[in-house]
Amino acid sequence: MKTWLPRTYLTLVYILLYVPIVVLVVFSFNDARTGYDWGGLSLRWYEALFNNTAMVRAMWNSLWLALSAATVSTLIGALTALALHRYRFRGKRVLNGMLFVVMMSPEIVLAISLLALFLLVGLQLGYVSLLLAHVTFCLPFVVITVMARLSGFDESLPEAARDLGASDFIMTRTVLIPAIMPALLAGWLLGFTLSLDDVVVSTFVSGPSYEILPLRIYSMVRVGLKPEVNALGTLLLVFSLVMLMLSQWILIRSKR
Amino acid sequence: MKKTLLSLRELSKHFGDKTVLDALNLDILDGEFITLLGPSGCGKTTLLRLIAGFEHPDAGTITLDGTDLTQVPPEHRPLNTVFQHYALFPHMSVFDNVAYGLKMEKRPKDEIRQRVDEVLAMVQLQDFARRKPHQLSGGQQQRVAIARAVVKRPRLLLLDEPLSALDYKLRRTMQVELKRLQRELGITFVFVTHDQEEALSMSDRVVVLKGGLVQQLGTPREVYERPANLFTAGFVGETNLFPGRVLSQADDSISVDVLGFKRTLRRPGFKVQDGQPVHVLLRPEDIRVLDPDGDQGVAGKIVERNYKGSTLDSVIQLEDGTEVLASEFFDEDDPMFDYRLGEPVRVSWVDGWEWLLPEEAGEIADRELSADA
Amino acid sequence: MHSIRQQPFKTAVLALVWGWLLFLVLAPNLLVVGASVMTRDPATFLSLPLNLDAYRQLFDPLYLDVFLHSLYMAAMTTLICLLIGYPFAWALSKVARQRQLLLIFLLIVPFWTNSLVRTYALKLILATNGLLNKALLSVGLIEEPLQMLYTEGAVIIGLVYLLLPFMILPLYSVFDDLRQELLLASHDLGAGRLATFVHVIVPLTLPGVLAGVMLVLLPAMGLFFVPDILGGSRNLLVGNVIKNQFLDARNWPFGAAASILLTLAMALLMFAHKLSKRRLGEEGA
Repeated sequence: MKTWLPRTYLTLVYILLYVPIVVLVVFSFNDARTGYDWGGLSLRWYEALFNNTAMVRAMWNSLWLALSAATVSTLIGALTALALHRYRFRGKRVLNGMLFVVMMSPEIVLAISLLALFLLVGLQLGYVSLLLAHVTFCLPFVVITVMARLSGFDESLPEAARDLGASDFIMTRTVLIPAIMPALLAGWLLGFTLSLDDVVVSTFVSGPSYEILPLRIYSMVRVGLKPEVNALGTLLLVFSLVMLMLSQWILIRSKR
Repeated sequence: MKKTLLSLRELSKHFGDKTVLDALNLDILDGEFITLLGPSGCGKTTLLRLIAGFEHPDAGTITLDGTDLTQVPPEHRPLNTVFQHYALFPHMSVFDNVAYGLKMEKRPKDEIRQRVDEVLAMVQLQDFARRKPHQLSGGQQQRVAIARAVVKRPRLLLLDEPLSALDYKLRRTMQVELKRLQRELGITFVFVTHDQEEALSMSDRVVVLKGGLVQQLGTPREVYERPANLFTAGFVGETNLFPGRVLSQADDSISVDVLGFKRTLRRPGFKVQDGQPVHVLLRPEDIRVLDPDGDQGVAGKIVERNYKGSTLDSVIQLEDGTEVLASEFFDEDDPMFDYRLGEPVRVSWVDGWEWLLPEEAGEIADRELSADA
Repeated sequence: MHSIRQQPFKTAVLALVWGWLLFLVLAPNLLVVGASVMTRDPATFLSLPLNLDAYRQLFDPLYLDVFLHSLYMAAMTTLICLLIGYPFAWALSKVARQRQLLLIFLLIVPFWTNSLVRTYALKLILATNGLLNKALLSVGLIEEPLQMLYTEGAVIIGLVYLLLPFMILPLYSVFDDLRQELLLASHDLGAGRLATFVHVIVPLTLPGVLAGVMLVLLPAMGLFFVPDILGGSRNLLVGNVIKNQFLDARNWPFGAAASILLTLAMALLMFAHKLSKRRLGEEGA
């Protein structure tokens, strides 16, 4: 078998995937005023970014939203996964199916349905509506992550704990929770990133009272080029890279 | 005399710097059931894959009926494989699995249908043709795998530990069934296993492999009763090895000292000198456990007793510490038969059933080293 | 049977998750279905007379054109992702295990990076005085800068770029599960490379193909920010139509009907995927 052909092909696709990202990072240090020419190294766009108070506020809003959405969805998601794993109950298949449908649904379908709901019940669009929406689309991902962990879990461990005298509650606390901890962390990080990245749903359910980063970027990049976006994009890239490595590290370490 | 069907000449295969097959020669006869037997890593599976065409040898040739197959891709070799884990196509029905090879030969539809039905009937699966593999039991999947391979009427069928995934009882049934199929079809079977019992009970001839080399080639009886070397002796069946010493030689017999007894034995196939150490090999069923008050045999005591149903296996420790394995047919009526643990007994064996093996290179070196020290 | 008193934990958890899903998933979707059969109202968004006007409007030539164009772009995106992703996943599954993990990591890094920012980065490359044109001009392949931005092609490139990992990952998973023994068995039974590909590899990787198509095709109709940034005003997705109808034109019934169209497409794809898996006996037969 020739091995150079697949290898070359893989390399080529990776180059195509990474060229835009490299360009973005390089241009974030560009001193030129116009977007397309190279004018030497500079940190001016990072400076401009941090002097833009509206941008900085949006950044904090986004972080806070992602933090709370990830936490709430991890809590509910983990409990759901545990219930799906441990208990028999009527409608289990329906519950599973609904989570799957939420995960597969085009975001825009979820977005308009939530908008309709919030307007119907008279909820002011802002932090709360964003939180409810983000938790909803993060939830299935957390459930799947935790379920995957639980399905690889040795069924005799809880039984052993019960056999050794642990109550159901104590067993959950001392055996199950530690076993799924890595999945909880991975699920949390996934939720955090999904929330931070979301444009589609947020476009519909956010209001002027609570501006978040993706929407701010969206309004900036729709027309022309904004070099600050290069700087912001680079920062976001580094941030997600750290988060991703963290989650991979947790998952890999837990497998040993 | 049967004629040679498949001939392997100087076949070598390396993976990295590990030698898996080392200039191996083997002739497989037309219509025989031949088994490749050996521990894992002995090269038996690699040998099978080379014959099938899944691997290419680094050196050597494979000829089938005078045609050189060495460079022929697997799809053009007139032989088929039954895989260890069956390798049934999960998206096809039993019928389509079996028909696959015939479709590849572009046979007419009627012929395919007729031949598939025929072979499914032969493995008693005619009622399962519409099922998918995952709807079948392990034994049934096994039969489909065999049917799929034999429907092409190959000259040679390669079977890679095909029974290893089945439970003990099913394995026994399938062993009988495979033998029957082989007789009915008249196809040459090359069977790979690490189970020596399976190898002995099914084969016309057994090839014992180790380290990429043929250790012995012979009928099951030859391999069991007259092992060519210590490895074969140890790998095929249980063995007692006693140290012996050549006392004197005559034309076709020699006299040997074993455990202090002088025995006259047939001259072995290797050269001997007076005073030379040899191994005396006795199978557990050759050993007799005797009354401690008699004067025959060597004194010892029972240290282990295992009831095996039809036989009773004992371990007897001799006074010099040697442990002897004995396997006797169970006889409820014999009052003397039931010895307790720790009870003194005497051990003897059926005269003339000893098998002699020379000391091997490593042992001689070891002995000389310790003599120097 | 345990009574509720004995399992307060179970009851509480189930109540919470059912409550959440019923209130934030089922109810909103029913609202959308309801909205699609009501009448547009500038003041209250919706008013009573029930009718199917919105669905009729979907077939208005003006919108039908937009939908068909959107479907075409989504289909092209999916096809390109499949053509790139299928051999990619195959090659990836052949790489040594340790390196495979690294390569998969490299594949999902972009997925964890803000998609808006990545779309925006494409703009730097595709613009009339962007990097690609500059590169082509400097090596003399073209005389004049090409108009790449604000074209149908730019939208498709953007969608492929964002969605390719979603095609590759399910494909990689089926290739990774593909047992080498089955391919050997096929050769052993007389099939050449092409026949093995057609009769064994394709059917066995089909669930991955369908999962990939599902994960690419649907977002490719909904990701409205891609045409907004790269496509100009003529290359709209269904997502753009829905967004405009809801947020700008305030025509809720029509927006809702369009979104139901998307949901139906999803249901169809999910059904096909389930069928293909059942054929392999991977789900209860």
